[in-house]
Amino acid sequence: MEKELKYVDLVEQPISMHPKKFALWLFMVTVVMIFAALTSAYIVRQAEGNWLEYDLPQIFYYTSALVVISSVFLQFAYASAKKDNISNLRLGLLGAVIFGSAFLVGQWYSWVALVDKEVFFVGNPAGSFLYVFTGLHAAHLISGVIFLIIVLISTFKYKVHSQSMNTMEMATTYWHFLGGLWLYLFMFLLLNH
Amino acid sequence: MASATVANHDTAAHDHHDHEHHDNFVTKYIFTQDHKMIGKQFLITGMFWAIIGGFLSILFRLQLGFPDMDMSFLRPILGGWIDDTGALDPTFYLALVTMHGTIMVFFVLTAGLSGTFSNYLIPLQIGARDMASGFMNMLSYWFFFLSGVIMFISLFIKTGPAGGGWVVYPPLSALEQAIPGSGLGMTLWLVAMTFFIASSLLGGINYITTVINLRTKGMSFSRLPLTIWAFFLTAVIGLLSFPVLFAAALLLVFDRSFGTSFYLSDIYIGGEALPNTGGSPVLYQHLFWFLGHPEVYIVLLPALGITSEVIATNSRKPIFGYKAMIISMLGITILSFIVWAHHMFVSGMNPFLGSIFMFLTLIIAVPSAVKVFNYLTTLWRGNLIFTPGMLFSIGLVSFFISGGLTGIFLGNSAIDIQLHDTYFVVAHFHLVMGSASFFGLMAGVYHWFPKMFGRMMDARLGYVHFWLTFVGVYLVFFPMHYIGIAGFPRRYYSWTNFEFANMYTDLNMFVSVAAIITFAAQFIFIFNFFYSMYRGRKATLNPWRSNTLEWTTPLYPGHGNWPGEIPTVYRWPYDYSKPGAEEDFIPQTVPLSATPESNLPHEQEMVKLELEIMKEDEEVLVANESKH
Repeated sequence: MEKELKYVDLVEQPISMHPKKFALWLFMVTVVMIFAALTSAYIVRQAEGNWLEYDLPQIFYYTSALVVISSVFLQFAYASAKKDNISNLRLGLLGAVIFGSAFLVGQWYSWVALVDKEVFFVGNPAGSFLYVFTGLHAAHLISGVIFLIIVLISTFKYKVHSQSMNTMEMATTYWHFLGGLWLYLFMFLLLNH
Repeated sequence: MASATVANHDTAAHDHHDHEHHDNFVTKYIFTQDHKMIGKQFLITGMFWAIIGGFLSILFRLQLGFPDMDMSFLRPILGGWIDDTGALDPTFYLALVTMHGTIMVFFVLTAGLSGTFSNYLIPLQIGARDMASGFMNMLSYWFFFLSGVIMFISLFIKTGPAGGGWVVYPPLSALEQAIPGSGLGMTLWLVAMTFFIASSLLGGINYITTVINLRTKGMSFSRLPLTIWAFFLTAVIGLLSFPVLFAAALLLVFDRSFGTSFYLSDIYIGGEALPNTGGSPVLYQHLFWFLGHPEVYIVLLPALGITSEVIATNSRKPIFGYKAMIISMLGITILSFIVWAHHMFVSGMNPFLGSIFMFLTLIIAVPSAVKVFNYLTTLWRGNLIFTPGMLFSIGLVSFFISGGLTGIFLGNSAIDIQLHDTYFVVAHFHLVMGSASFFGLMAGVYHWFPKMFGRMMDARLGYVHFWLTFVGVYLVFFPMHYIGIAGFPRRYYSWTNFEFANMYTDLNMFVSVAAIITFAAQFIFIFNFFYSMYRGRKATLNPWRSNTLEWTTPLYPGHGNWPGEIPTVYRWPYDYSKPGAEEDFIPQTVPLSATPESNLPHEQEMVKLELEIMKEDEEVLVANESKH
């Protein structure tokens, strides 16, 4: 009969980074690859001609500001957590969630603005690409907001403090990454328009 | 706090449900988070798909070898796909080749090979308790399973499974009205592949994290077995290329279901213009092959890694050129991302661009040749032990050479114009990628079966299986080169309308018969596998007298692999037949200080460092003891 071997083993491993944090970085690599593929597809397709020219919605400037502000809030929350200032931590997280959600609403209005300009999802790929970029980015950002809300809830259980920063660090990294990704997409669109 | 408590539980005592570690049937065999069981799940599922994929190929080989055959006897399985005259439905033929390709490339040689051995061997060979995240690992398998269920269902729907070739090029795949296989079958294909991509990424993230973060003491990158190097680089390739396939598939879904025009432009069906305008089908080809070519190496590298390990062990010699092997694999990894357009030489691309891709493609011959050279020099004058695993590894090297050589022809854009989409290409990639990887998979199963199930597979049946398969593969694919040079295009239902095809009727018949025999021979393996699992000879702890860490675990390792401390590693994994040593192998766990008779001068220097590590270890152990 097979014997089951049980163990309790917490020997420190000779590692530099928490495995989950490392896995998050790898996940971000996959997200980068998706957008690298899409943006290079955009360039290749644009070079072939038959490309609809239109102005980018002005609201993108505002939403970019919103996503930067939410990152500032989160950084503030992160610093507060390091100092064990739990109320400021909650404040910062709440601010990040609110501004992150405002960003999502703003992105929705960018679609409204596009429709007003008669640039539709179905039609010339020039417009369709814009919907795919913003939509796919928003999908990732929603996952980020959910992550932040989970961390916010865990602060009420006093699970985030200077001795337990792992989740907070991961949330911060992911959120800054998503903000940076949007800024990249916006720059890309400004330059290749 | 550190402790190494070992408690043995009798699994028969199922009434102790309050114990949190206690596994019931569901957590042990189904929703398991143990990397070893997940590896076995991947293996069994992969075998199931291999049988289906192989069976589909037999069906279309029957059509190709015997175009006038009455296939009514297949009606119990294929039903309406056999018409009243007993002929195979031509659209179903397209679905057969499509599903054969999809199943073999993704479900068998990606999930079945990489999924099985990366999961099973990474923690065991690097000295880890489990993967970095057991939960993600479990999700990886179940996403794969779900993907398989969806693909399986698509085989039985009324319009048939996807039929646009495994590369699913638009516009064929994007327009439902194109062929029956572009309807619901194609939708299910895309849904299944989405889950498959998610599964591969979850697995890949885990493999990379585990290799980087969870190696045991002393297991530096320069002491990793080549299997682990191969799995690691495979995971890196997958991580970088599968998201691109996802992007390509996403745009295809939008084109199919939402009416966008990423890949569609100026198409007339039945004299009526479609509204789509401005799309580019070549765009899809670029995105697809950016995954598609690295995928070749996702399939092949694990097989090459397994071969390195099996050949070194059974030649009783250190692998020749350990560092050169690693550098070649790194080279292949990097090059695999910058050669994709050699699949598109006839897509109307700029010939200058074609020349660049041709040049880059031919460079891959260099690291590949280095690897072949190293396999042969490892075998050279070794004390060869022809276990079934060893035979399959040597078979791999043979296919890698004979199939790789034709790659040099196909990589040339000028020759490729003649050979593109002919049976020459089919012969090339079935040898170098299909059969080579399949042989790597088989070598792995024969070699690690004793570790997986604690019993030995029957060697004699293994030999029969090997020779039938090895000879069979050559009989199937070698003639295809001639058929291809003669101008036979792939994916054609029948050539009976072409005058030139008449003189090759016999050859096609021959290929089909050989394919049926080769397929039948696989059931010897299936029998051997399941029979040996329950009735095989009990294995010893280290049946192949191998150096790597997995053979230091108990015969039936529990969840956690080692009952006590994880062993420390003191040397590289290839100390076979070291001059002066008593035995012809020195496991990685044997300190240099224990083998003064065989140490090389520079190793004698390292003994000092090693004594320090051992002292540290001892302190940890003493600390543990005092805690209890």
